[in-house]
Amino acid sequence: MKRLIIRKKSRKNFLTYGIVVAAYVALMAVMAAGAMPSAIQGLLVPMCAYIIAAVSLNLTVGVLGELSLGHAGFMSVGAFTGCTAAMALANSGMPSWGRMAAAVVVGSLLAAAAGALVGVPVLRLQGDYLAIVTLAFGEIIKTVVTNLYIGIDPQGLHFGFLKPDIGLGKGGKMIVNGPNGISGIEKISTLTAGFLIILLCLVVIFNLVDSRSGRAIMALRDNRIAAESVGINATKYKLMAFVLSAAMAGAAGALYALSQNTVTASKFDFNTSILILVFVVLGGLGNMLGSIVAATVLYILPETWLRQFSDYRMLIYAVVLIGMMLVTNSQKVRTLLGKLLPQKKTKEKEGQGDA
Amino acid sequence: MPELKFEKGKMVPVPSHSIIPERDLGHAPVLECSHLGVDFGGLRAVNDFNFTIGRTEIAGLIGPNGAGKTTVFNLLTKVYTPTRGTILLNGMDTHGKTTVQINKMGIARTFQNIRLFSNLSVEDNVKIGLHNQKKYSALEGILRLPSYWKKEKEAHERAMELLSIFNMEYMANWRAGNLPYGAQRRLEIVRALATDPCLLLLDEPAAGMNPAETAELMENIVKIRDKFQIAVLLIEHDMKLVMGICEGICVLNFGEVIAKGTAEDIRSNPTVVEAYLGKKGAQAC
Repeated sequence: MKRLIIRKKSRKNFLTYGIVVAAYVALMAVMAAGAMPSAIQGLLVPMCAYIIAAVSLNLTVGVLGELSLGHAGFMSVGAFTGCTAAMALANSGMPSWGRMAAAVVVGSLLAAAAGALVGVPVLRLQGDYLAIVTLAFGEIIKTVVTNLYIGIDPQGLHFGFLKPDIGLGKGGKMIVNGPNGISGIEKISTLTAGFLIILLCLVVIFNLVDSRSGRAIMALRDNRIAAESVGINATKYKLMAFVLSAAMAGAAGALYALSQNTVTASKFDFNTSILILVFVVLGGLGNMLGSIVAATVLYILPETWLRQFSDYRMLIYAVVLIGMMLVTNSQKVRTLLGKLLPQKKTKEKEGQGDA
Repeated sequence: MPELKFEKGKMVPVPSHSIIPERDLGHAPVLECSHLGVDFGGLRAVNDFNFTIGRTEIAGLIGPNGAGKTTVFNLLTKVYTPTRGTILLNGMDTHGKTTVQINKMGIARTFQNIRLFSNLSVEDNVKIGLHNQKKYSALEGILRLPSYWKKEKEAHERAMELLSIFNMEYMANWRAGNLPYGAQRRLEIVRALATDPCLLLLDEPAAGMNPAETAELMENIVKIRDKFQIAVLLIEHDMKLVMGICEGICVLNFGEVIAKGTAEDIRSNPTVVEAYLGKKGAQAC
C-alpha cells in the first residue's frame, strides 16, 4: 500500500512567495528597460486582480470545500464601492496611492459585509445551497448596480435607486451612473500595489491554513460530523473562511476597477464567476501557486496571442475543464503519470524512510 | 432507589446497576440516562433506556444488529434530539445542548464507519481534537504572534504524547486516509482523547481487527481508563473484548434494555441468549 507522506507545507509556501516576488522583479526590470509591449502593459494590473480573485476563491472552494458560483458578485461590490470611495476622495488632496489603498480597504470591507450577509443564513445548511445562493447573489448584485445612481456634490454623497435624478447640487458629479456604470476613472492602481495585495492575501491564507482556525476549516471540509464531534463550531469557521474570501475578492474588484477607464455591472457577470472558478479548478483545489499560474496564463493568453479565438473562449474553457476532471480522476492516467515521473516516486519513498 | 454513600459531609448517590470499582465510591456517576427514548416517525428506535456509568467504569453496550446501540450514542452526543427522557452528565442536564457543547462538556466519541479528516496528516487530526484545549484566535494565527508559537508547540507536544499511547508517533506525518485500517481506528480514539473527555464512547473499536490487535486494544482501553481516569462506554460485537474488560454491560434489543449487569450475569441470562440465538437456539444451549 502506498503511503503518502505529508511534507512540511512551509517549503511550498516559500516557493510560492519566491515565484511571486521573482515575477514582480522580472516584470519591473522588463518595464524599466522599455521592452514591454504596450498591449500587455495594460493587462498586468487586471491580471493581478484576477490572481487575487482566483486565490480568494481557492480559499472557499479548495480549503473550505464549499462551491461559490458568484465570486464576481463580491468583486463587483468591491469595484463599485472602492471606486466610489476613490472618486469621493479625488479632491481631498490625498496622494494617489492613499486613495488607492482607501479604495481597496473600503471595497474589501463592504464585500466582506456582503459575504457575511450571504453566509450567515446559508452556511448553516449542509449540501450545495451555497452554490445556489451565491449564483443568485451574483445576479442580484448585477441588477442592483445596474439601477444604482451615486453622485457627489459639496454636501456629500447622494444615492438613488432606479431613477437617475438624485438631487445633486451645484458642482455635483455623477459617480455611478446606472447602466453606464462608472466612467472617467482615474487609473491609480499600480502593478506594485497589485503584487503587494497578492502577497498579503497569500500570507493571510498560508498562515491561516497552518493554524488552529485553518485546521478547523479543513476538518469541516473533510468531515463535518466528525469535526462537530470534537467541538468545532461549524458555522463560525465556515463563515470565517467565506467572509475572508469575499473580502479578498472585494480588494481584487477595487484593484481591477481602478485600472480601467470604465466599469459596468455587466463586467462582473456569471461568466466572470465561472472564469475565476476555471482558474481555481485548473490550478488545483487548495493549490495557491496553481491558481496563480492558471490565472496568469488563462488571462494573458486569450487577451494577446489568441485574440482571434476569443469568441470561442468559454467553449474552450468548458472542454478543458471537463477534460481536466476526467484526466485527474482516471486511474489509468495516474498510473501513466506515475510511470513517466519515476524520480518523484523514489523521493517519496526516501521521505517515508526518513519519517 | 440508588444506594447512598457518605462523603465530605454530603450524601452522594452511587452508580447503580454496575460493578463499581473501589475508586468510584462516593463520586457522582459520570452519566445517568433515565427513560431516554427517541422516535423516528412511528418507529420507537430507543425506548425507556436507563443506564448509569461510574466515573472510571468501562461499560459495554451490546445487542443484535439494529438494536439501537449507535442510536444511543447519537442521542448521548445530541446528533439526534431525544424525544423523551433526560441525560445527566456529571449531574448536569444536557437538555437543549448541541453536539459541539456536549463535546465541550466532556463526551468524546469514535464512529462505526471511520470518520477521519483523511486529507490531513495524522498529527493534524490529533491537533484538531485539541481545538478547544490549546486555544488562540484566528488573528493571532495569521499574524504569528508569540501566543501562536507557544500554543502550537504545546499542541505538538500533546499530540505526540497522545499518539504515543498506541506507539503511533512515527506516523505523525502520514496522510490519515492512507493509514492501515486498524491504525485509522486507533487514530480516531486518539483524536477523541485529545478533546479531554470524561466519558469516551467507542463505536465498535475492534471491528476489522485480528485477534492479536483486539487483545492489544483491550489492554490499551484499560490503560487509557487508568491513565486518564475517565469512563468508557463501548459498543462491540466481539464478546471476548466485551466480557474481558467491561465492568458493566447493558444489552439492547429492539430499542429496549433486556438485561443489565456484570459479564457473568449477562452470559447466563436466558433472555440475552434468546435475543442473540432465537428461541430454538436458546433451547439447544
